[in-house]
This record gives sequence, structure tokens and C-alpha cells, in this order.
Amino acid sequence: MSANQAAESLLASNQQKKLENLPKDYPLSTSEDEGDNDGERKHQKLLESVSSLNGKDRQKLAERSEASLKVSEFSVSSEGSGEKLVLSDLLEPVKTSSSLAAVKKQLNRVKSKKTVELPLHREEIERIHREVAFNKSSQILSKWDPVVLKNRQAEQLVFPLSKPQSAFAPIEHVVSGWKAGTPLEHEIFNLLHKNKQPVTDPLLTPVEKASLKAMSLEEVKMRRAELQRARALQSYYEARARREKRIKSKKYHRILKKGKAKQALKDFEKLQKVNPAAALEELEKLDKARMMERMSLKHQNSGKWAKSKAIMAKYDLEARQAMQEQLARNKELTQKVQAASESEEEEEGQEEEEELLVPDMVNGVQINGLNPWMFRNHFIDAKEAEVQKDLKDPTEPEAQEPSESEEERAGEEETLLKEFEERRSLRQKSELNHMAEPVHRPVTKDPSSQEVLSELRALSQKLIAENHQSGKQELSSARTAQREEPAREEEEPMLLQRPERARTLDELEELGREGCVENKELPRTAVEGLQLEKNLSNHIGAPKEKKRKEQMIDLQNLLTTKSPSVKSLAVPTTVQELEDEGERDQRQMIKEAFAGDDVIRDFLKEKREAVEASKPKDLDLTLPGWGEWGGMGLKPSAKKRCRFLIKAPEGPPRKDKNLPNMIINEKRNIHVAAHQVQVLPHPFTHHQQFERTIQTPIGSTWNTQRAFQKLTMPKVVTKPGHIIKPIKAEDVGYRSSSRSDLSVIQRNPKRLSIRHKKHLENNCVD
Amino acid sequence: MKVKMLSRNPDHYVRETKLDLQRVPRNYDPTLHPFEVPREYIRALNATKLERVFAKPFLASLDGHRDGVNCLAKNPKSLATVLSGACDGEVRIWNLTKRKCIRTIQAHEGFVRGICTRFCGTSFFTVGDDKTVKQWKMDGPSSGEEEEPLHTILGKTVYTGIDHHWKEAVFATCGQQVDIWDEQRTNPICSMTWGFDSISSVKFNPIETFLLGSCASDRNIVLYDMRQATPLKKVILDMRTNTICWNPMEAFIFTAANEDYNLYTFDMRALDTPVMVHMDHVSAVLDVDYSPTGREFVSASFDKSIRIFPVDKSRSREVYHTKRMQHVICVKWTADSKYIMCGSDEMNIRLWKANASEKLGVLTSREKAATDYNQKLKEKFQYHPHIKRISRHRHLPKSIYSQIQEQRIMKEARRRKELNRIKHSKPGSVQRVSEKKKHIVAVVK
Repeated sequence: MSANQAAESLLASNQQKKLENLPKDYPLSTSEDEGDNDGERKHQKLLESVSSLNGKDRQKLAERSEASLKVSEFSVSSEGSGEKLVLSDLLEPVKTSSSLAAVKKQLNRVKSKKTVELPLHREEIERIHREVAFNKSSQILSKWDPVVLKNRQAEQLVFPLSKPQSAFAPIEHVVSGWKAGTPLEHEIFNLLHKNKQPVTDPLLTPVEKASLKAMSLEEVKMRRAELQRARALQSYYEARARREKRIKSKKYHRILKKGKAKQALKDFEKLQKVNPAAALEELEKLDKARMMERMSLKHQNSGKWAKSKAIMAKYDLEARQAMQEQLARNKELTQKVQAASESEEEEEGQEEEEELLVPDMVNGVQINGLNPWMFRNHFIDAKEAEVQKDLKDPTEPEAQEPSESEEERAGEEETLLKEFEERRSLRQKSELNHMAEPVHRPVTKDPSSQEVLSELRALSQKLIAENHQSGKQELSSARTAQREEPAREEEEPMLLQRPERARTLDELEELGREGCVENKELPRTAVEGLQLEKNLSNHIGAPKEKKRKEQMIDLQNLLTTKSPSVKSLAVPTTVQELEDEGERDQRQMIKEAFAGDDVIRDFLKEKREAVEASKPKDLDLTLPGWGEWGGMGLKPSAKKRCRFLIKAPEGPPRKDKNLPNMIINEKRNIHVAAHQVQVLPHPFTHHQQFERTIQTPIGSTWNTQRAFQKLTMPKVVTKPGHIIKPIKAEDVGYRSSSRSDLSVIQRNPKRLSIRHKKHLENNCVD
Repeated sequence: MKVKMLSRNPDHYVRETKLDLQRVPRNYDPTLHPFEVPREYIRALNATKLERVFAKPFLASLDGHRDGVNCLAKNPKSLATVLSGACDGEVRIWNLTKRKCIRTIQAHEGFVRGICTRFCGTSFFTVGDDKTVKQWKMDGPSSGEEEEPLHTILGKTVYTGIDHHWKEAVFATCGQQVDIWDEQRTNPICSMTWGFDSISSVKFNPIETFLLGSCASDRNIVLYDMRQATPLKKVILDMRTNTICWNPMEAFIFTAANEDYNLYTFDMRALDTPVMVHMDHVSAVLDVDYSPTGREFVSASFDKSIRIFPVDKSRSREVYHTKRMQHVICVKWTADSKYIMCGSDEMNIRLWKANASEKLGVLTSREKAATDYNQKLKEKFQYHPHIKRISRHRHLPKSIYSQIQEQRIMKEARRRKELNRIKHSKPGSVQRVSEKKKHIVAVVK
């Protein structure tokens, strides 16, 4: 029962609370709908009475008409609560009764229901709220992680991040918004208005518009057509003129000229008939022209054209003809002076006639053979051809047989030289002949032939100088020229076959006998001497080297002998005591395993090398060949070497001099060390990495312009005078939240907690 | 007939315009340009020396206040405009190009505690010791009108700081609690507290604009969410934090200027360990402001100097001081990231270059290339001892110098003691605490 009571009391208290809470929670439903509820209830009753008439499910509905203890929330009826408990009832054994079973069931049901937990402490609630909010906001923030990471690692950031949208406002907007403020601006505006200067879109004044409209359309069309026609005609004429000008045919031009002349003649005749006075004047004019022509030296040989033709005349038939033509013309002109009384008409046509006559004239000259100039020309031509052939000869075999032996070529060269010299003598004679006619000489000796000659001469001289300086010149004095050649031809191959030194030696002897020592031989002797020296030095050097080797061995021996002694000093105390049979075996095994490598010897070698490397080096300033006779393989004398050798001062004693089993590196330079990085800096993980960054140059001396720009790109670039705004979600492609913070905060006013409200109220009251 | 001729592509030697540089063919064969490392090293050394020679950061001093400058604000729309509030309740608006005061307002009685501009740059807000929040127009009154605030809100308690939302017509004040105000209302739309101590500064996050950070005199930094109108988390440090500043490029990073001479950069998602502890000051750090690029920040200290720190370095890159500059109370980095302003006790606002040796004005492309190259060289050889020594060398006033020495000794002593303690106790019983964790007392959820 007590449990029951307790439950009841709890329920009651709960109900109480509920009742208390109810009006708070649903104030509207209780107060306002009072009237309606009455009607509804009646209606409900009616429905119930109707349904009860049905009889089938006629049930006694527990009606709750007033607040009582009998009815509870958990539908535990308190039936029989009014009955009194009698003692006898308690004394009797418990009987199972139907009424009690129902109570039991009800009690079980009550027991199974749990009580509502106490609400959390306010601070707890707040904490939970905070945690939830924090998680939410940190989730929102975490969307920035990739952006932040990207920006931190970016090679270059250009601020401001968002480019300002350059809005091009139309000029009307700008103008309409702007008002003239200063008097100057007013004045300008007035001026503009006076001239009806349009400020906005069609930028033409009314006057301009009128002028545009002034010409009618047809007029414009006509004018344009005219212009077009004129232009077309002009272009036709131009094209034609150009075409005619381009025609190269002499015949055409001749005909053209003739036609013109005829036309002129006709005109003149006509003129004579019609107006003799005018014709006379014309005649005079023509005469004057002829006189002018005569006065000029146009048909002399002095012109540039004439000179060039003179050069070409030898080879070119046409040129020759032209030349002769001119001469004829000249003659004619000179003749004119004598026969001045010839008719003008003849003279007029003469020029044209002459052109036609020229070939005949030339033929005549050639046939006559009166011109000595032409004769000589032929003669020289023939000779020139010969010379040219000769000139070709030496080059041809060289080109064809480059692999021919020296001797053969030498022989050939000699024959050639002979020929050349003969020819030269001949030519000298002919030149002498030519000297008789000094006027024509320059013409005959044209520059090209002269060039050839000079070249030849130079070549021959060179050849002589090259091949036959050594033997020939001395011998030539003794022997005759004719005998000399074959002999030498025989001699030279032999000489060449023999080793050089032998030859020189033989010659030396000869020369020694002859007594004339040429300076050319000296180097050879020097070489000889040197080689002798070398041999000597070889002989001497061998023992020296041996000695050195011995010394080395000695050193080694010394060191190696020393090291075992050290070992033997160290070993006995520890090892001898421990020597057992098994151990000896082990030792033996180790020895066998490491039989190959001698660590001590290696170390000693290393140390020796280190010592050698660290020793200061002597400075040798001898210059081979300086102050001596030059030549290949020359070695400065020992005396000189001794004189020019600067001995390096002996450095301080090595620190490991007395430490046999240690190498102390003395390479470290303290002066450089001051500039060197001692510790590997932070972002680098390996010294090679760091060294590589230092070793790659970034300057424009070592890099192309583009690479230089890329390498020296600054990390952050800001534009002067630009405001840099905080990064925005839109800048990096995120959608910014559509709801504004203000609207969100206004939608949930519940967050103004009661305490805050109270606080605010207090504030207001204060 | 085919004629073979030597021909060159005119593109290789003809300039496109007259203004182009002449193309100079160069041979980049490395054998022709030997000793690249020593040559570049010398260049780097020279560049470093020249940087020190040209390091003249001080630009101007704006004087006119009749009391110590307590707060500074920059105009978000104009680089040339700066606002300052003094300890006598006077607010001045300065033009930096002219280096003149263009407007003076007697805004409050007593200190001007905080000043902030609206995001559009048309008006600004001030809070003062007279328990009022006032909104002012940025443009001065036309002649004949009186200087009057647009709005005045009378509060119950003293407001110690103010900050405006970055996008909306909302601002936050702090004092006994953090209040969020709608500009149109005279009551706060939301107020948040956590603990009972007075809050000295409040700052909106410039990127995720609903977040706020504040620091209170009970040594803690509290973060708030404006939307959910709840505090988020609280971290308690060794000593009081004077102010915080959010990184304008990284939404979750902020830096706190602490009384224990240090600055702490936090990731707001993990408050138990600061990302970096910045130490170089020898007295309380009073203010901090980020460069708009988010790579560096400047801090003002009671030790009469300002220092520039890279965000990812614990030591400062630069220190600025002058003989006459007293305790620096407020500092701001201008919006073009080129200049720094600081307001100090002795009534002056000073303008500094953010990069001491930078050449001001327009640079020719060759100058630019040269500076870039020098910068890269300095970066490349920064670990070499001589270059490092020269680039790190700064002249310091004696007070700071001696303080630094003293601090060093103290720190060394502490370290030695800690080592000794570890050495003389049971292994594992005493743990070494890292510098980052050392200063965090607790994180409260």
C-alpha cells in the first residue's frame, strides 16, 4: 500500500506541475476557446447517447465529472478506497479474489513505468550547447583548410585577390551626374551650349551634319564615276608605257626610231611647204644639235662605256663590233668638219643609216687588216690562251692525284718551273717588242693577264724557296743548270726515303768540309744534342728512379716495421694470457677470413698520401726554351731549373706527426669557414639538398631572361594604392551563406536566456 | 636558278616597337661565366648591406592630439583616411597624404575606448568612458552645422571596446558582456557572457563573419558564435590578453597580444596549443594588427617599440622605435599593406613603412627586377653567417637592449632549473613542457 501511496503522491505532484505548466504552455487554447468548447461537449454527448442506443457495445464509460482521487493518470482506479478495513480481513489467509487481481495488474503496470529524469543543471545545458555550436562552427571553418594550405604554399600571391570589376559607365551617365561648379567650368559649358556642341552620343554638330547632307546622291555618284574612269585610263597608260619600256629588242627600238625619224622628216617637209620660215628655224635647230654633238666627246674612246668595251673587245665579238661602230661614227663626225657643206637632210638620216652600215665597216676593217691594233690583239690572245693552259696544268694533277708521293710532285714542279721560266724569258722579250709601241701597250696588257703573270711568278718563287733551299742553292753554284735538274730528281727521292737525321748528318759532314755552316742546320744539331741528352738522362735517370724506389721501400719498411712493433707492445698483456687452444683456432679462422686485407698497411698508405697532399708544393718558374735555342722536346737545363725553382717554405709540423695511428685533417681553412654555413638549416633534410640550392645560380648572367624572371618572382605582390580586402568565399569559389547573420540571430530569440533577460531588465530598471 | 643566301629571321633582331629593349644576344655557356656561387654570394652580401643602409622606415608623425592616443581605425574605402581616438575623448580624422588632421570631434567625456568604421566607410562608431555608443558620419558637417553624432546609445555600463560586422549593419560592444547591436535599435539584439570579468576587446572574424573573439581581464580568450548567440570555447592563459586580431586570409587563425610579453597565434579549432608563440617584446604587448596579406602582423608594446612578426616565425623580423615614442598603445597596418601606423602615449601617431628599406613611389621595370633579384639572393644566402648577422643587426635603445639581455639570462636560468629538476627526479616523473603548451592554463568547453 505504501508503494501505492508513494506512487499516488508522485503522480499527484506531477499532475500539479502539469496543471501549473499547462496555462503557460497553451495559454491560447484554454482562454480563448471557452465558448466553443461548451457547444462541442454537448455535441459529443449527443453522439454518445445515440451510439449507446445501438446496444451492441454498450459500455459503461467512466465519466469524469469532477476532480477526484478516484481517477488517476495511470488509470489506477481507487475502487473501494472508501471501504473500511476490518481486522478479520487481515487475519484471514489471502484469498484470491477477482477484484485483487485487477489491482495487481494495475500495480505492475505502474511499476513498469519509469519516472522522468530530473532536468540537467543549467550550466550543463549551456556547456552542451556550446560544444554543439563549437563543433558546428569548426566544421564550417574546416572548409577553408584547402584554401589556406594553397595560399600558404603558393609560389606567388597577387593582392588584391579579387580583381575589381572595371565598370565602363557610358559617357552620358557620367556627364548627367556631373555639374559645373567652378566659374571656368560654367564658361566652358556655356560655350559648348552656344555652339550646340552635342555632349552625348552622336558626336557631330548640326553644322557638320548639314555639310554632310549638302551634296546630293546623284552628284556624288557621277563624280565618283568620273574619277573612276580617269583612274582606270591612267593605269592603262601606265601599264602600256611600262610594257613598251620593258621591250629589249633592239630591232624594235630601231624600227621605232626610224619611224620617228621618218615622221619627223615628213613633218619637216610639210612644214617646208606650208611655212618655209618655220622650216628654216627648224633646220637651224637641227644644225645646232649636230654642232653640240660634235662638240661633245661622245664618240671618242674616252667614255666609260668605251673603256669597258675595249676590255671586252678581245673576247666578245659584239663588243668588238660596237667598238668599231663607234670608231666609224667618230670618223664620220670628224669628216663632217671637212665636208661641212653637205645637205641637212642627209645628215639627218645619217645616224640611222650608220647603224645599219656598221657591220660592213667592221668587215672592211678586218679584211683590210690595216689595223695593227687588231693584229696584235690576235697574237696576244693566242699567247694568253697558252698561258692559261699552262696555268691550269699545275693545278690539275694536284687535284687529280692528291695521293701522289712527294718526289713525283717535286719533279713535276721542277719541270713546270722550267717551263715557266722559259716562258717568262720569252715574254720579257715580247714585252720588249711591245715597248716599241708604247701607245698600245696598256691595252694589250690587260689587268687579268697581268694578275695571272704575277701570280705565276709568286708561285714559282715560293716553290723554289720551299723545295730547294737546302741542297739546291749551294750546289747550283757548283753545277750547271742543265745537269742539275735530273741529278736532283734522282737524289731527292733517295733523300726522302732515308731517315732525316741520317741525311742531315751526311750533309753536316759535307758542310763541315765545305766550311759554310747554314743557320738552318743548327736546330737539328740542337735536337741531336738534346736527344743525346735524353739518352744520357735515361741512363742516369734509371738509377735515380731505382734509388727513389729504394727509398720508398725503405720508408714503407720503416713504417711497417714500426707498426708491428706497436702492435706487439699492445698485444702481449691482453692476448698472451688468454691464449687457449680454442681461441687459437678462432684466431686462425679470423685470420683466414681477413687474410686478404691488410688494414694497417692501407691506413699507412692513406696517411702517407695525406701527408704528401698537405705538403706545400714547390713553384717551378722555368720556361722551356727561354734564353736557349728553341725546338721540339727541349728541356731546360738543370742549372736553370735550379735557378728558377722557388722552394715552398716548410709548413708547420703536422699535428699527427707523432701519432702513428691517426690522421688529423689540416685542410680546414678558418678564413673560409667564417663564411660557411655550419649547421644544416631547418627546411632542408640533407646537406646535398642545401648545396644544390646554393649552387644553382638565379642571376641573369646565368639564366635566360624568362628563367630569371621566373626565378626571382616575389612571393607576395601588392599593388600600390589598392585596398586589400579580407578573403571572401566568392573569391575562392565557395558559395557564401545566403542568409545574413542578422536574420539568423533575429529568428531565434530564445537564445536570449532568462538570465540575460533578467540582467537586461535590471539594467533598464537601473 | 636557286640562289642560296645567308638569311636571318628579322624577329630575332628587330624590335617590335621603339620602346622595347634592344635584343642583346648572350652566350649562356657556363664555362664563360665561372664562379657563380661566389659571385652571387658577394651580390647577396652587398644587397644585404644596402638593405640595412636604406632602412629608413619612419615616414611621418601626426601630432595634434592633446592626450595619449588610445585607439586607431582605418577607413575601409579610403587608404588616406585614418581615425584616432584619444584619452581626452577627442576623435580626430587624418589625411595621410597631406599628413594633416582634417576633422576634430569632441566625442566623449573621458577616454575614447574604442573606435570602428562601418564596412561601407560612410560612418564610424565610438565608445567612451561616458557609457555611450555614438555613431558619426565620416564626412564632416557642412559649414554652419554643428558636429553631432548620427545616433547615441546610452548604456548602463562602460563599454571598453567596439567592433563592426564586416558585411551587415551589426556591431558588437564589450564591457561586462559582449553585446550584439542592430544599428537600428537602441537595445542589443543579443548579449553573451561567460564569467563575470570585464571584457577588454571584441573582434569580428572578417571571413566567417558570425564569429567573434573577445578577451577578458580574467586571463581568458572567449570565442562566440553570433548566429547561435552562444559562446563557443574559452582558453585561459598565464596572463591577461590585451587584444586579439583575426587573420584576414585564414579564417580560423587569430593572434592574441598578451601581458606576458608574448603573442600567441591560435587555430581556433585547437585552442589547447597555440600554433606559434611569438616572443621578442620585453614588456606587455598592448595591440596587434594583421597585414592585409595575412602573412605578417605588427604588435605594439609597452616597451616603447613596435615589432613586425611573420605569422610562421616566433621571432620578429623588424623592430621600430624612436627616441620620443613612448608606450605604444595602438597599432594598425594600412589596407594596402605598405604602411604601419601606431598611436602612442605621447599624443603622436606615427607612420612607418612596413618594409623598412623599400623604395617608395613608382619603380621602373629594371629597378623592380633588381629589387626582386636582390630579395631572392638575400633569401638564398640567408643562412650564411655574415649575411645573417648583417640582416639581423638592429640598433635598439638601451632600455630594450638591457631588458633583452636580462630576459635571456632569466630564461636560461629557468631552462637550467628545469633540466636539473628532470635530472634529479625519477625518470619520467617530470615531463618537459614545450614552450607552446607552457602558457596555456586550461581550455574550457
